[in-house]
Amino acid sequence: MSELLLEAPAPTVRGPLRGIYAGNTRSVVARGLRVIARNNWLIVVTGFFEPVFYLLSMGIGLGALIGGVEFYGTEVPYAAYIAPALMAVSAMNGAVYDSTMNVFFKMNYAKLYQQMLSTSLGPLDVALGEILLALFRGLLYASGFMLVTTLMGLNLAWTAVLAIPAALVIAFAFASFGMAITSYMKTFQHLDYVWVVMMPMFLLSATFFPIEVYPQGVQWVIQALPLWHGVDMIRQLTTGLVQPSILLHLAYFAVMILVGLVFTTARLRALFLR
Amino acid sequence: MIEATGLRKQYGDFTAVDGIDFAIEPGEAFGFLGPNGAGKSTTMRMIAATSTRSAGDLRVLGFDPETHGPEVRAQLGIVPQADQLDEELRVVDNLIVYGRYFGLPLDYVKRRSEELLEFAQLTEKRTARVDGLSGGMKRRLTIARGLINAPKAMLLDEPTTGLDPQARHVLWDRLFRLKEEGTTLVLTTHYMDEAEQLCDRLVVIDKGTIVAEGSPAALIREYSTREVLEVRFGSARNAQAAEAMAGIGQRIEVLPDRVLVYDHDGEAAMSAVHERGLSPITSLVRRSSLEDVFLRLTGRSLIE
Repeated sequence: MSELLLEAPAPTVRGPLRGIYAGNTRSVVARGLRVIARNNWLIVVTGFFEPVFYLLSMGIGLGALIGGVEFYGTEVPYAAYIAPALMAVSAMNGAVYDSTMNVFFKMNYAKLYQQMLSTSLGPLDVALGEILLALFRGLLYASGFMLVTTLMGLNLAWTAVLAIPAALVIAFAFASFGMAITSYMKTFQHLDYVWVVMMPMFLLSATFFPIEVYPQGVQWVIQALPLWHGVDMIRQLTTGLVQPSILLHLAYFAVMILVGLVFTTARLRALFLR
Repeated sequence: MIEATGLRKQYGDFTAVDGIDFAIEPGEAFGFLGPNGAGKSTTMRMIAATSTRSAGDLRVLGFDPETHGPEVRAQLGIVPQADQLDEELRVVDNLIVYGRYFGLPLDYVKRRSEELLEFAQLTEKRTARVDGLSGGMKRRLTIARGLINAPKAMLLDEPTTGLDPQARHVLWDRLFRLKEEGTTLVLTTHYMDEAEQLCDRLVVIDKGTIVAEGSPAALIREYSTREVLEVRFGSARNAQAAEAMAGIGQRIEVLPDRVLVYDHDGEAAMSAVHERGLSPITSLVRRSSLEDVFLRLTGRSLIE
């Protein structure tokens, strides 16, 4: 044994977060990155291709037949119309894959959170760290997708550079919400419910055609769902047709992030520190 | 160092821990001895601030684990019953990453990990995958991991359950070393030999309550005789033979597979049995153990 032993520093967080947060989220993120670096780069990239194929088939194929679509009063080429929507989908997919399937495995089989919560980490450190990792994957997908669309000349304005931070916000919201929902799941079958919700949301959230084609009632339902906010936000940015409603989209995601974080933290506490 | 009064844990209608009191001093090896389901692990989890109590008072290193979870956990080393290693990481990374969870500096954690690998006799396995380790190696790695934050107390839940005899001895040797270095050990076990070897003091726990407390030797002195004669007549005839032996020794206990005769002199008891014309299939004189204490206190064996 060495002569000089360091004791673990006492967590210094005070106030209402005391006991649930140790200010050491980075160690959780570092663990995730170490695992990614060692093992599964391939698994990380697989989910990226789905929206790219949609873009190629629908954007170029269907786009040749359709021509242009009107967006906030301006005619936009079809491929440039669906590209931002698919970028939002990329961000969502990356975040959801990680925060549902991976988190489910770590929670129920690898017992990873039990390990983390027997150290000085608090549930909020763990929740935040895991959400940041899921967000990282969403950001990776979205950035890759952005590269493809830039090469294809589908970004119509300089504001398109802001689509990357916007994708980050979308990924954060889906990761945070996804992890909260996953904490309630008990079996692998429950994970299927996620895709039952994701698939129609992907197809119907003004991804491939304008929301105005729906009757008013259906429009409200679509507008209540998170993906529509992501699609409209990124589309405003890549086409340069930025509207005041972008603030509303951001506010929507801010609430989603916050609710997801609070729920996840409470659930981790209830599951592992009861 | 760790103090509980009237500690209780209730899960719905089930009372896992039913009002127990104990105090653990710095530097001692303290054991909770009891059968499976006695409430040992639940008690450990409450001490480790990973479970909340239903009633009573608990102080760990001066903190209330309920409100100061991270502070308490920062100073404890935890070895859970299932090893719970990070199987996505290599052996040495398990130590490094775990040390980082405590907020310790990376270069320190790296150096310390190598020392701990040596302590756990796992240096050769430093870059091996965790799922390929043997049960004993996994347990030693878990102990090494629990030491990364230089804990004031080590909590070991059933440290040698599921290990083969050789692996158990290696592990005991490591735990002895820790004890000699002055680390406070708190362990649960349902093995009486483990409790006798490692614990300075222990409580016998059954159905969520403490039924006795003391050092292994004192408990044996108080609740059992110096020696025990074990005789077997075959499972059908044990009870009948026990009746015929009435009056021999201080106390006779009939188990399904054998009869135990408690006496300060086992050989003398054996002669008495033979004098009554009884001829057991096998007989054995041994010293009393904590197993006998438990049997006396609860009327049941530790391992059922």
